[in-house]
Amino acid sequence: MSKTRQIEILVGAFMAAGFVALFFLAMQVSNLGSINAGDSYKVLARFDNIGGLKEKSPVTLAGVEVGRVLDIYYDANDFRAVAVLGIYSQYANIPNDTFAKILTAGLLGEQYVGLDPGGSDEVLKEGSEIAVTQSALVLEEVIGQFIYGKAQEGAK
Amino acid sequence: MDWLARLGRSGLSFAARLGRANLLMLGMLRGLPQMIRRPRLLLEQLLSVGVLTVLIIAVSGVFVGMVLGLQGYYILSRFGAEATLGVMVAASLVRELGPVVTALLFAGRAGSALSAEIGLMKATEQLSGLEMMAVNPEHRVLTPRLMAGIISMPLLAAMFSVLGVYGGWFVGVGLLGVDEGTYWAQMQSQIDWSDDVLNGVVKSVVFGVVCTWIAIFQGYDCVPTSEGVSRATTRTVVHSSLAVLGLDFVLTALMFN
Repeated sequence: MSKTRQIEILVGAFMAAGFVALFFLAMQVSNLGSINAGDSYKVLARFDNIGGLKEKSPVTLAGVEVGRVLDIYYDANDFRAVAVLGIYSQYANIPNDTFAKILTAGLLGEQYVGLDPGGSDEVLKEGSEIAVTQSALVLEEVIGQFIYGKAQEGAK
Repeated sequence: MDWLARLGRSGLSFAARLGRANLLMLGMLRGLPQMIRRPRLLLEQLLSVGVLTVLIIAVSGVFVGMVLGLQGYYILSRFGAEATLGVMVAASLVRELGPVVTALLFAGRAGSALSAEIGLMKATEQLSGLEMMAVNPEHRVLTPRLMAGIISMPLLAAMFSVLGVYGGWFVGVGLLGVDEGTYWAQMQSQIDWSDDVLNGVVKSVVFGVVCTWIAIFQGYDCVPTSEGVSRATTRTVVHSSLAVLGLDFVLTALMFN
């Protein structure tokens, strides 16, 4: 192999590695790449308030991640937020009266959807909707209620 | 009176140097069409400026990422916010540390070599020799080096950032037990392609221009003695580092205000 050919190969490898790195930054590190929803089925959940829930937030059952939030949108008909949960296909036996609530990891951590399985024999399928949900805990509201309660107590 | 004269002299010589640097830049840019006709020259410079710098960039990238993972975890776990470790590592790498640390290492590894090489070419009268053969040394010798630096810097900075993200992943997910999915998901939802990544790339291109320009100018403008070459090399590293750090502030203020 001639010297120039060797140089060409080395420089080519260098430039390829650089572009792969840029591509990686685009797809894996930043939000340019779309989520890979390959092996999952979609379930809808309506919430009064989703708080800080985002796309790609985890969906857990008994603490184990069983899916991801694929999409979040606002339903103008009933003034509620709809979260599309992508549940991985291997967890196909989740009862359809499962209870979904938005929880927070730690005091300031990210928010995620926690599922509490019900007792029904029917299971969640592609496109089914979770009927019972609990909204995100908004800290200001909780504090506000607490202060309001205290003030009422003081007035008596 | 004496000190006034000294001040005046240093001011004049500074202005003259600045002018020479700009003229040199113009001269190198005028050599672009010639360089495109001879890509082999650029190829050789890409090897010495880019490829041979990869190792130090890769090693520092991994270690900087690992340190970010450790430090970030230490602070974030106090607030119960370990989940955002990925964001913290990736944002600091892509926006700041990637371009800046790469530019500093680039100035130390490739810039000093460029200065020394060109300075020695001048000291041994190879540049004058080229001129005697009616070959413009600015076009033939300097332009490929400048372009190689400008092309290499963003690629090196991108490699640095990616390896740093994996270094942080290794420490955070592998050793400290942050959830793998959360690490990537939080990163992807918080880091923006154009706001964070592309601005980092712009930064690294600017640093590439500045570092290579300074290195070539110092080599080309040196006193053609062994002492002069050594001084030029030192000045390259010092001036490039100062320029990178100063410009970084200006660019950050412009981009992320």
